[in-house]
Amino acid sequence: MSVTTPSEVDRAEPPARPPSGPEGRRPTVSRRRRRLRPYILAVPAVLLCVGILYPFFVGVSYTVFNFSAANPNPAFVGLRNFAEITTSAPFWNSVRVTGSFALTATAVETVLGVGVALLLYRGGILGRILERALIVPLMVAPILAAIMWKLLLLPEVGWVRPILEGLGVTGYTGTDSPLWAFLWSVVVDAWIYTPFVAIIALAGLRSLPASPFEAAAVDGAGWWFTFRRLTLPMLWPYVFVAVIFRLMDSLKMFDIIFGLTTGGPGDSTTTLQINAYLESISYARYSRGITYMVVLWAAVYLISMILVGYLRRLQNRTAGEAA
Amino acid sequence: MNSERSARHGIGRRELLRLAGLGTALSAAAPLLSACGFGGGPADEGGSAADDVTGAFDWKKHDGKTVKLLMNKHPYTDALKAHQAEFTAKTGITLQIDEFPESNYFDKVTLELQSGQGGYDAFMLGAYMVWQYGPPGYLEDLNPWIRNASATHAEFDPADFYPNLLTAGQWDFTNGNPLGGDRQWMLPWGFESNVVAYRKDVFDKLGLVPAEDFDGLIELAKTIDSKASSNGFGDMYGIAVRGSKEWATIHPGFMTMYTRLGLKDFAVENGRLKPLMNSPEAIAFTDKWAGMVRDSGPAGWTSYTWYQASSDLGAGKAGMLFDADIASYFQNENTAAAGKLAWHPGPKGPDGNLNTNLWIWSLAMNSASKNKEAAWWFLQWAESKEHLQYAATQGQHIDAVRQSVATSAEYKDRLAPNTGFLETFEQVIDSTKIQFTPQKNFFDATTSWAAALQDVYGGADAKATLDELATSLEPRVND
Repeated sequence: MSVTTPSEVDRAEPPARPPSGPEGRRPTVSRRRRRLRPYILAVPAVLLCVGILYPFFVGVSYTVFNFSAANPNPAFVGLRNFAEITTSAPFWNSVRVTGSFALTATAVETVLGVGVALLLYRGGILGRILERALIVPLMVAPILAAIMWKLLLLPEVGWVRPILEGLGVTGYTGTDSPLWAFLWSVVVDAWIYTPFVAIIALAGLRSLPASPFEAAAVDGAGWWFTFRRLTLPMLWPYVFVAVIFRLMDSLKMFDIIFGLTTGGPGDSTTTLQINAYLESISYARYSRGITYMVVLWAAVYLISMILVGYLRRLQNRTAGEAA
Repeated sequence: MNSERSARHGIGRRELLRLAGLGTALSAAAPLLSACGFGGGPADEGGSAADDVTGAFDWKKHDGKTVKLLMNKHPYTDALKAHQAEFTAKTGITLQIDEFPESNYFDKVTLELQSGQGGYDAFMLGAYMVWQYGPPGYLEDLNPWIRNASATHAEFDPADFYPNLLTAGQWDFTNGNPLGGDRQWMLPWGFESNVVAYRKDVFDKLGLVPAEDFDGLIELAKTIDSKASSNGFGDMYGIAVRGSKEWATIHPGFMTMYTRLGLKDFAVENGRLKPLMNSPEAIAFTDKWAGMVRDSGPAGWTSYTWYQASSDLGAGKAGMLFDADIASYFQNENTAAAGKLAWHPGPKGPDGNLNTNLWIWSLAMNSASKNKEAAWWFLQWAESKEHLQYAATQGQHIDAVRQSVATSAEYKDRLAPNTGFLETFEQVIDSTKIQFTPQKNFFDATTSWAAALQDVYGGADAKATLDELATSLEPRVND
């Protein structure tokens, strides 16, 4: 048994590379494989993109034709669908309804969600039980929740009317008026999704550092001051993530409102998505329906880009402050 | 460096990804650029597969095959399922039935037909759906099958169907043209005429009789609304009608009364449809109808489909229902109002007419079916006197579309306990037909009409609302 010292290793000749071919050249196949490797690695991503983008491009391409059940051999119409839709009253009504609903529902759910999170953060047995019970609405499919609430809200058979009458409220007519149809839609959306905001806000609260709050307490800061100056600014990046999700989802709202009011009374709760459904499925005017969806997609995409940009700046600022 | 690498290795990864994206876009656009691949063509002008059927008719000709059916969850389908063993024994054909609830049934049918895949051989549809599914060629013309003695059994007897029901399945797909013609896009299977059902115990106690004109109906509804509660009938309101924002709100009681008053939905001028729902008479009627519901209808009316309206009658919450006769018929069993319902044709028009709009559940063949012969063997059996007599007397397949079934003693005996049901049916049947102007954009027109009706109910000015409706509808229905 011989022992090789480090100095001997340093002096030794580097080992000869094994021959790569009969004549000592590297085989062609190996070089090809090396060249192909990046492309092979990109294949899953390309396939995924194709799977996602193919239906999208097909949908977008429909918008420049006049395809409908009544017109199965469509002609190229350029941007006529966009022009007709964006100059029609139903479109601007649904833009107004979609915007109002998204902003109202998101605001209500954010305020309630943060409030619930603050209550749960105090802990206790009741808090822990409620924390688990809170996610129950999130487990219900939105369309089922809408149908359930529709039955509850029906004045002739639902539970809401007797409860309101027990509280002395008379004249309840369910979703008969445009205002109440809108408000009940927000209520049902908030019933389902407030827990989502609350859970994210609660996770944010639990991750906040204790030292600033201890310092504030030592300085004698009150609850409101601490909440306004410490809790809310530090929690905001977390809450804003929930706001982005809720706003994007509310802009695409279909199932809850359609299940509850079918977009009525009149057109008072007809969102862009409901118009897209009516045009595409009920009226079988496929190109017009998809045009609605493409317009909505563009709006959601632009708004989400703006909000994500703001979130990034917010996170950078918070990180800077923390540093 | 990038250019060097490109020069050395040909295309770079980024370029490859860009090309892949471009390829995706081009492949997506390819079917469109060739102006095909949109899922169908116009109604077939060529020969029918029925012409290939020759020789003597044989029920067992398609023994061993399977026919796939897309069906609405309905008592008619229940009767079919109860009887399907007879069909299989007679023909050797197996039925594969997929059922969907009515709320999303037609979405499923639309998507299935639009796919052009022929996943289902035959399906249920309403007469109005012919106006939407027919023009793109989704429906098989059944007349060549009916007329081919090699394909149709001798007892089929199409003349036995009520003529207006058979005509409802015929159209030439030209907006505004009347129903009828040489093509049979569907066969009627069961139907509903829209009449008034009422609580006879309430009427007896309050000393009321059914209304013979529209103003009388309004007053009657008010009387029930104001007096029923104080006479021991709970929190009963006057009249239930549909009110949700969908086409189905217009076609039952509303369209029946509208038509009896001599009103039309559209006029045809120079080949174009001109909305008439904003004529002075139509405005006055719409205002009165909305007022009747406001004064004597249910709270939450804008959510009311056939289900809520008929359930309220069965639950004892409504004194009258102006809707499909079978919707109320089903409420006369196993409900709080069971055995207490009676039927009346409803208010007459000023000239005494009983023009009535109807809904027809029908059967049609998918033109994309790869199994048309076996599908027709099923259709002719499902539409036969044999099955329809069984379904109408042993099942709940009411109203009967065949005159031989509707006039049979067994059928009449079955319906006799329902006070006034048969008499009402017999009074309106000759005047019962589709009262709408046939058009391809029927569902847009009627859904928008329902939305306008909701607005008027909510207090909007009827004239302004209906003028706006007519203005916005005119270009859309003529598109």
